[in-house]
Amino acid sequence: MAEPVVSIRDLTLDLPLGGDRVHAVDGVSFDLMPGRILCVVGESGSGKSMCAHALMGLLPSAIKVMGGEIRFDGRDLLKQDAAAWADLRGRRIAMIFQEPMTALNPLMRIGDQIAEMFEAHGLLTPAERRARALALAAEVGLPDPERIIRAYPHQLSGGQRQRAMIAMALALEPAVLVADEPTTALDVTTQAQILRLIAELQVRRNMAVMFITHDFGVVSRIADEVVVLQHGRVVEQGAADAVLTRPTHPYTQALLAAVPSLEPPPRMPLPAENPAVEVTGLSKTYVSSAGWFRPKRRVAAARDVAFAIRRGETLGLVGESGSGKSSIARLLVRLIEPDAGAIRVGGSDFAACTGPALRMARQRIQMVFQDPFASLNPRRKVGRIIADGPVAHGVAPDAALARARDLLQLVGLDAGAIDRFPHEFSGGQRQRIGIARALALEPEVLVADEPVSALDVSVQAQVLRLLEDLKARLGLSMLFITHDLRVAAQICDRIAVMRKGEIVELKTAAELFARPEHPYTRELLAAVPSGEAA
Amino acid sequence: MSFIVQRLVKMVVVLLAIVVLNFFLIRAAPGDPALVMAGEAGASDEIFVAQLRERFGLDQPLPVQLALYVKGIATLDLGFSFRQQMPVADLIFSRLPATLLLTLSAFAISLALGVLFGSLAARRAGSWSDTLITVVALVFYATPLFWVALMAVLVFSVTMGWLPAFGYETVGAGLTGVARLSDIAQHLVLPATTLGLFFMATYARMTRASMLQVSRLDFVKTARAKGLGEGVIQRRHVLRNALLPVVTLAGLQAGTLVGGAVLTETVFAWPGIGRLMYEALLQRDYNLLLGIFVVSSAMVLIFNLVTDLIYRLVDPRIEIKA
Repeated sequence: MAEPVVSIRDLTLDLPLGGDRVHAVDGVSFDLMPGRILCVVGESGSGKSMCAHALMGLLPSAIKVMGGEIRFDGRDLLKQDAAAWADLRGRRIAMIFQEPMTALNPLMRIGDQIAEMFEAHGLLTPAERRARALALAAEVGLPDPERIIRAYPHQLSGGQRQRAMIAMALALEPAVLVADEPTTALDVTTQAQILRLIAELQVRRNMAVMFITHDFGVVSRIADEVVVLQHGRVVEQGAADAVLTRPTHPYTQALLAAVPSLEPPPRMPLPAENPAVEVTGLSKTYVSSAGWFRPKRRVAAARDVAFAIRRGETLGLVGESGSGKSSIARLLVRLIEPDAGAIRVGGSDFAACTGPALRMARQRIQMVFQDPFASLNPRRKVGRIIADGPVAHGVAPDAALARARDLLQLVGLDAGAIDRFPHEFSGGQRQRIGIARALALEPEVLVADEPVSALDVSVQAQVLRLLEDLKARLGLSMLFITHDLRVAAQICDRIAVMRKGEIVELKTAAELFARPEHPYTRELLAAVPSGEAA
Repeated sequence: MSFIVQRLVKMVVVLLAIVVLNFFLIRAAPGDPALVMAGEAGASDEIFVAQLRERFGLDQPLPVQLALYVKGIATLDLGFSFRQQMPVADLIFSRLPATLLLTLSAFAISLALGVLFGSLAARRAGSWSDTLITVVALVFYATPLFWVALMAVLVFSVTMGWLPAFGYETVGAGLTGVARLSDIAQHLVLPATTLGLFFMATYARMTRASMLQVSRLDFVKTARAKGLGEGVIQRRHVLRNALLPVVTLAGLQAGTLVGGAVLTETVFAWPGIGRLMYEALLQRDYNLLLGIFVVSSAMVLIFNLVTDLIYRLVDPRIEIKA
């Protein structure tokens, strides 16, 4: 057995006073081995990011190191001064981050940002640095590296930016790579590519990798070892196979059980006649605001899209970022205007409504948004947020507030919540409030745009169950938009696959997963990390 | 390139709108310039007034007057100041250098000190030096400008005798060349510093807030993870990004440079546009007033364009569309 590169022993970090617990990380111990990938798994607030930041010496100043040690190169990393850290960081231990969109300086060229790694450690001449940056860009598989190193971050896609981050992290051949949820913000096919890249490079360079993730699919794809964290403590650790197939701790078991299966449960077929919503020929092209002499830029978000949502059905809309699925949601609730097409809801064309008729008709289709933090007005009490819609439609404020109480109970919250503000609730609770708000107008159709993607997997399962339950009790029809095929498999009756503004395949969930026809559907399905607890 | 052409065309349209609006606003004010002039000349008989009207084109219908005025602007002819008996353009352009000297110096001082102190405060956020910088900046911002100006004169001119108290240069000294420049520079110190310190507060506050915000962003963590020194991180990654809103603010401020120094010019008897405007207002010198409006509006538009160009230079995310 090789010597570990990094040994973390009894690491204890304290949260500032007034936090939800005393220790951010409590007596955590694990080793990183050369040429091996260790996945640290946990839900938000489990302390997994804190471990990564401690290893980089990048802990926020409010977090206090209370005990333990991190052995690396024969010294304790917790006792290094600023100069020693500046020397270690980047050269011996490198890190990549979750958000490739924000992790690069928007004002610097990609090549300069890679070359900066050498500059930071006083290595090479400027010309050599540029040459190395080019070579690194090529090594991480960036297309047309000559052009890319002269580009600015905003000119790159999310996957390309993450490759650039990896190029940077690898520049000085560090012994340890810390990856903090590096694929969470990426599309499933891009995620698969980046995971492959990290696994490849790690073998080629014999690096030790500490990979932070909340996604067991990712774990099953790349981990050699797994550490499961809950509330800052290690609840289970061991070889990846063992932990994934024979989890011993109840928390690990619960986490694994909460991962939705790719196998759709059997569902009763619903009658196709008299659908709740029928969309035909829906088209929308975004035209960039051109100046007087500037040519316009066109992006087709929806091209002749047609589908129907049957009564009581959940129709899934899946696709990658930029496929136009969110545009369809916004078109359906008329947040944006279609260029062409009809949206028939209960006999009338919703797309053709205007003025007061449109305002009245809006109550028939309501939306649940993705971000439970940004979609609720932080200055309004929950009761008001829910009652606003009905009041606008002429319900007396007192009656609307009373109804808000009932709705809160319906979505599994305390009725007393009406007097509190959104920031007093967790992400999952806020999403419940968002659902209550959408239900307040007693809609026939619910449009849910990625309603669970911002939530931890256990919370995700609860919200999905709630949606399913409400749909059955209230006789709703639902358009469910997601990039997560596992979630789609569990909740959708039928699924439409979108690509570049077009629906390329639409069939029942069971059919789609069993017999995908379109090459793009197959590609999507192949890219889903197989995290089945076998 | 077409971006600039496009903007220039828009600028002309906006300027035209400003001219028309101000033209009618001034005409809508009570009082007939010909009557006022005749009255002050002591001869208010009908024929003299009619002559005055004819001479200055006031007998024409308003649209014709406007057309003539706009036509004049195209040839840099801003009309004639009845009060000063001089073409308006000559009057303005004789005062413009003094004003620009004052306001640009003040602008440079406020921007340089503001960014310097703002970034110092940001790096030491929460410390006593942060508090000190904030308090001093706010004192200059909150205290009436004329009072600071008067105190500065009292201390540095009257008591200490270091600097001249007022004016643009020593009148009648007959200085030339370097001696004259140095004389003007000495006269410039007090008004430019007073005005600069006033505006410094906004830049200091903006720089500080912006730097604190930027330093929480992910790419700063990336920079730190690279092992870069703190100085490089602050300069290259934090400050450069933090300056973007400061550029916007500076652009807005730069536009007001021409007309914005009325108080300072008055206290320091600085022969600039601000004082000219003040006098024109008191004397109901409509043509002169309108001329100053046109010139200062043009300046605002020009500085806006310059700001946008600079912004495009410093922020690659804003693309110049071909």
